[in-house]
Amino acid sequence: MNNVSQQFPVSMRVLHWLMAALVLTMLGIGVAMVASLGDYNQLISIHRPLGILLLLLVVIRYINRRFSKMPPFPEGFPSAERFVAEASELLLYTLLFLTPLVGWAMLSAAGYPIIMFGSFHLFPILSRNLMLYAALRKTHTILAFLLFFAFVAHFSAVVLHTWVLRDGLFNRMAPWKAQAR
Amino acid sequence: MANDANTLTERQVAKPNAGNTVARLGGVGILVLAVLGSFAYLGGWLSPKKLTPARFTNGLETAFGGVHSGFRRNHAKGVCVTGFFESNGQGARLSKAEVFQAGRVPVIGRFSIGGGDPYAADSAESVRAMALQFTQPDGEQWRTAMIHLPVFPFKNPQAFYEQMMAGVPDPNTHKPDPEKMKAFIAGHPEFLRAVGIIRSHPLSSGFDNTAFYGLTAFRFVDANGNSTPVRWSFVPLQPFVALDPAASQPDRNYLFDDLIASIHKHPLQWKLIVTVGQPNDPTNDASSPWPDNREQVDAGTLTLDTIESEETSPAREINFDPLVLPVGIVPSDDPLLSARSAVYSQSFTRRAGEKVEPSAITPSDVRK
Repeated sequence: MNNVSQQFPVSMRVLHWLMAALVLTMLGIGVAMVASLGDYNQLISIHRPLGILLLLLVVIRYINRRFSKMPPFPEGFPSAERFVAEASELLLYTLLFLTPLVGWAMLSAAGYPIIMFGSFHLFPILSRNLMLYAALRKTHTILAFLLFFAFVAHFSAVVLHTWVLRDGLFNRMAPWKAQAR
Repeated sequence: MANDANTLTERQVAKPNAGNTVARLGGVGILVLAVLGSFAYLGGWLSPKKLTPARFTNGLETAFGGVHSGFRRNHAKGVCVTGFFESNGQGARLSKAEVFQAGRVPVIGRFSIGGGDPYAADSAESVRAMALQFTQPDGEQWRTAMIHLPVFPFKNPQAFYEQMMAGVPDPNTHKPDPEKMKAFIAGHPEFLRAVGIIRSHPLSSGFDNTAFYGLTAFRFVDANGNSTPVRWSFVPLQPFVALDPAASQPDRNYLFDDLIASIHKHPLQWKLIVTVGQPNDPTNDASSPWPDNREQVDAGTLTLDTIESEETSPAREINFDPLVLPVGIVPSDDPLLSARSAVYSQSFTRRAGEKVEPSAITPSDVRK
């Protein structure tokens, strides 16, 4: 055993699990609110500020990652799988950044007040343009579905590694302090 | 063992408990299906009959004879106005919204008639509507969409939808099935009760002397956090003239033409009347009025002095979502509110992406 940490640093793990919980909640709220007459208003009142919080968090997380020391992949991790893992991380980061940004842009183009809470509003990042709004609204849905499926793939891969392959991959991001195998 | 050529199977075989692999793979599958299933449930895909904003909007399109490209799915025919609201400060004891502080805020609005056909002929049956957007000095907005009916004939979005669909012609007979309407009325005693109240109010001659009602109850919140149930209406200062039912109306746009002529003569004004509810007054039933003796607060005067065709007005691009509210006005528990917000949003999204056809009331009409 060498003294290189086998785990992501605490800051990265905290951000990972916080965002995991919030993103899952957010995706659930997103599909529920567009299908609901009765809960639409309450859900969208949470969806808006939570989306902006996630946009902030992904920026913080990306910067934090750039300055963090990454643990090595488990011993014997095939380089093809390593490529898939790294590419899917990049995809997740991209979707986590773009989905709320497009949400903000689309509310701006629609001319809606971008209400966070109380009288605190966010400034619009685009001027009102209905055609652009329609395109961004569609893009927001597509990005959210891509994010959902990327999450499902990420989740499936981790569970597969943990339950079936049992190669200790999960320990790298485990919320607790994990012993190296 | 750090060999890129290793396959999944070879690595599994290298494990001591490889015999359990199938069971463990099954576990992975169940977990993933549970995630997918939860989302399908939340998104309404497992309940195809649930009335969703999209299905409600499809219903509007069906009931109003198809999609009219670029127009609102209801209240499609309209004309835009601008002006200002002069608050007298008397509403400020009920709501801390800036719009109720004494002073003036700009207003942009739209008069319309109910229905999805943007070229429908005006008639005595038309549901007249006035939608307004107030912009406070702090940038917060208050949007409200009101109609001339003193009560709404429906308690909830389901009832609205059922009644609307009962009026859709049967594909075989090309006529609505009267049994469906009978069944609706039998199941919704509030409908005829509300229609009775609506019929007891005399209809005025035009938009300019019509009172408009917010219908659903809201709550005003004052500076100390006290919340009061309220309903609001805009009562015209233009004198009431009864609609002459005998007069023939050859002009398809007579309601709009009269409004244009009237506003060109002098600015049009309405008083904002806030009806203050008692704590036990129901706030979740737009089909039943509050007792007549409720306090009424005159909160100020709306003045509308310019009129414009939708083709040139920015009001065409506004979704008059009744839940765009400033701090100091909050939704009540009326189920119509969230439903209106959701369906207006659907309608707005659909029309935003469509080619815009010319409006019935053209830029040259409003200059007459």
